[in-house]
Amino acid sequence: MMDWAALSVSLRLAVLTCLILLPIGIWAGRSLAYARHRGRGFFEALVALPLVLPPTVLGFYLLMAFSRDAPFGSLWVSVFGSGLNFTFTGILLASLAANVPFAIQPIQRAFENVPANLREAAWCSGLSIWQTLWRIELPLVWPGVLSAFALTFAHTLGEFGVVLMVGGSIDAETQTLAIAIYDRMQAFDEAAAALMSAVLLGISFITIGVVYGLAGRRRRVHG
Amino acid sequence: MRGFVIASFLYMATLAVPASVQAQPDPPLVAAASDLQFALTEAAALFRQEAGHSIRLNFGSSGNFRRQIAQGAPFELYLSADESYVLALNQEGHVQNEGVIYALGRLAWLQNPGAAELDEDDPLGAAEQALAAHQSGERQRLALANPAHAPYGVAAMQALKHAELWEATADLQVLGENVSQAAQYALSDGISGGLVAYSIARAPALAERSEYQLIPDNWHTPLRQRMVLTHQAGAVAEQFYHWLQQDAGRATLSDYGFVVPQ
Repeated sequence: MMDWAALSVSLRLAVLTCLILLPIGIWAGRSLAYARHRGRGFFEALVALPLVLPPTVLGFYLLMAFSRDAPFGSLWVSVFGSGLNFTFTGILLASLAANVPFAIQPIQRAFENVPANLREAAWCSGLSIWQTLWRIELPLVWPGVLSAFALTFAHTLGEFGVVLMVGGSIDAETQTLAIAIYDRMQAFDEAAAALMSAVLLGISFITIGVVYGLAGRRRRVHG
Repeated sequence: MRGFVIASFLYMATLAVPASVQAQPDPPLVAAASDLQFALTEAAALFRQEAGHSIRLNFGSSGNFRRQIAQGAPFELYLSADESYVLALNQEGHVQNEGVIYALGRLAWLQNPGAAELDEDDPLGAAEQALAAHQSGERQRLALANPAHAPYGVAAMQALKHAELWEATADLQVLGENVSQAAQYALSDGISGGLVAYSIARAPALAERSEYQLIPDNWHTPLRQRMVLTHQAGAVAEQFYHWLQQDAGRATLSDYGFVVPQ
């Protein structure tokens, strides 16, 4: 009744998306927060684009880009030996693209709140950029990183359109729990759809709850 | 704080590991037209009992699978509801050969019990009643699969044209992405009924909550359903392909109302 294979695909997808995207989010969020050049608006718009784009538009472009006839798709095949459409790697790449705003924006907001004189003081004390990041900035922006993690994780679990278009709902490979629910409805198996919906609701709520709970406690302790 | 960072990344890494350590070979992946949703699920269970191999079934619209296979989706066996998709894939070299016809599909009107009077002599009478009610101001809807890429949608369109209801019901039509979804819509609240696969209408899962009327097979072009092995087919997929053409496989399909070729 419970589709364990689909749950496993969903969790793997969400975990890998977070693992890959969070370091990028920290780097990109920091760069955007401190950027003073004119291109900043352009890059911020680019980061926010997946928020407003219909998933089918993103899915369409990814499907085209992943095709063996396209430059990106054929390059991928020649390097890794297999295509991207309808594979787990393909939906992982799609999920990375769809989650860019969720991973970057909360971290950027957090870096923007780090006082500039604090960083300058750290440099004056002889800390390198890496030491400043690790000892001064990261502990301050941590709530932003937690929000980015929670939003990316929960959003990946809930992603439907892009994953369906690029992955094609293949059992134990690209069929996530969200798609399995849609599938079970079409098989008139409402009991399974109800159970899986409840599981997804629970996981999403716990993820968001734990992270916001941690961030809230941290604010009270240090605030 | 640093401990927490490292611990949480380690935790996430362990969650990610099972992806790479799947040991035994996966059961073959089969793409099947959604009119086979119930018949093929039962056939695969029977095959598993007899031959000891499992099959992974994916149901959807034949047209979508045709596109996915052309783009390299990892299916080993493709059961289409419309033979033209199989023949086209064969011409493009994406499958092993032209395959075989495994069944002829039939169309049925499906509705919630008592939604309209069903009459054998007037198979689409229920649709006419819905149309009449709609014209007198009552909101009515008819479900069918999307004729753009679902073979049963094309058959439903032809049957409605045969009964001279196609244009009159244009405002009432609700299109499902495939024929299973059309059946799901047909039995939803606020929908009068729909034209779906007979094999779905006969499914035990629907027996208690629906009723149906078979549509004569000369009201639409025959739904010649063809299956074919792709180049990725392994031994189990090949065995299942042949099993479906033998007595046990044929009997299961015919139980669900398919006409099985001699």
